[in-house]
Amino acid sequence: MKGFFRVAWLVVRKDMMVEARSLEVVSTTLFFALTVVLVFAFGLVREGTPVGDVSAAILWIATAFSGTLALGRTFERERQADTLRALMLAPADRPAIYAGKLAGMLLLMALVELVLVPLVGLLFQAPIVAYPWHLAALLLAGTTGFAAVGTLFAAMLVRARSRDVMLPILLYPITVPVMIAGVRGTAAIFQGTPDPDLARFWIALLLFFDVVFVTLALWTFEPVMTE
Amino acid sequence: MSTLNKIELALAGAMLAVAPWIIDAAPYESTMGLVQKIFYFHMPAAWLFLLAAIIAGTASAMFLFGKKRDMDGWALAAAELAVVFGIITLVTGPLWARKAWGIWWVWDARLTSSLILWMIFVAYLLLRRYGGPGSDKLGAGMALFGLANVPFIFVSVNVWRTLHPQTSVVPTLPVQMGGPLWFCITAFFLLFLALLSMRARLERQRVRIEDLYLAEDEA
Repeated sequence: MKGFFRVAWLVVRKDMMVEARSLEVVSTTLFFALTVVLVFAFGLVREGTPVGDVSAAILWIATAFSGTLALGRTFERERQADTLRALMLAPADRPAIYAGKLAGMLLLMALVELVLVPLVGLLFQAPIVAYPWHLAALLLAGTTGFAAVGTLFAAMLVRARSRDVMLPILLYPITVPVMIAGVRGTAAIFQGTPDPDLARFWIALLLFFDVVFVTLALWTFEPVMTE
Repeated sequence: MSTLNKIELALAGAMLAVAPWIIDAAPYESTMGLVQKIFYFHMPAAWLFLLAAIIAGTASAMFLFGKKRDMDGWALAAAELAVVFGIITLVTGPLWARKAWGIWWVWDARLTSSLILWMIFVAYLLLRRYGGPGSDKLGAGMALFGLANVPFIFVSVNVWRTLHPQTSVVPTLPVQMGGPLWFCITAFFLLFLALLSMRARLERQRVRIEDLYLAEDEA
């Protein structure tokens, strides 16, 4: 068990070090997230005010889109230098490598969300500080579910043809429950009369989703990554 | 084509040929009238859609974890049938809904879950078709995740939707319509069985030919 966390930590550290030196994925993903929010703003803001309760949806769509982009870029980098093969050849547990990749992805997406949330609050007048813990729990649980499936699929697709288009095609239908739970949960605390109990229900559903899909992914990673 | 397949196909063909008369003879549903008759095809298709999805997911799990190569053929065959029966379900459903509810589509839990499940299997087939080498394993992962996802989709869509007023409730089916319905279910099921085993066999043979080609190249 100690070996598992050590390997996972080493993978995270490696990814963070590469990222810190190039800043490629962080900067492009952040800018992309900003662009997505602005595109929505131009589409949905009428006479200075947004139509309906769209802020929750925009937050989650921007997260999902930029997450997909980050997943693609992270694994593309591993493919170009053929370093994923080296990682797979390392005498380490495959699930531990997956866990490390997932943790790195979560850190990256958390960074993007730290910028996205205030931005959505600012541009769409969303009450982001009304229930900060609920919002944080929703984002954490939702992002974990999204990244758990995304990391596995992105890793699987490294060797596949037309992987760029395949990742969203495979990932979005599977993560529909995450999107529904995330958007509805966030909307429940953003709306005029907030409903924290409803948000708590969605957090519970997301946690359940996380447990099932992280377990499944840890389990599936070994057979799908074996050539 | 095995003898069993021939029998299944012949029976299914004969049953589906006489099905219109049997459906015609079934009692008229009082509130919905003629449009209700679409159920005799809609429901069997929907059941087989779900059955195909379950077979695809289970066979994929056995292929991935049990290392049973033949199972991949079954998974692919079942996934294709899931898409076929899924499209029948998704086309006949709105045709009925237009008459009964007055609108083509309702974001109802069952409808939405069916649509998403169908999309998962379309994505699976796209991956198998364009994914290149190694896509059998990737597909197996996708099918497995897709199946595990069904309860989550259903619960989330259900809660999301029940926050809004329901437009209509599907009336329960009277008993005397059960006979024709079961007749159609049997016919569809026989067709399903024949198609499934034939397609799985075709895929197994394709893999065998590919192996022989590879062996030839190496020799």
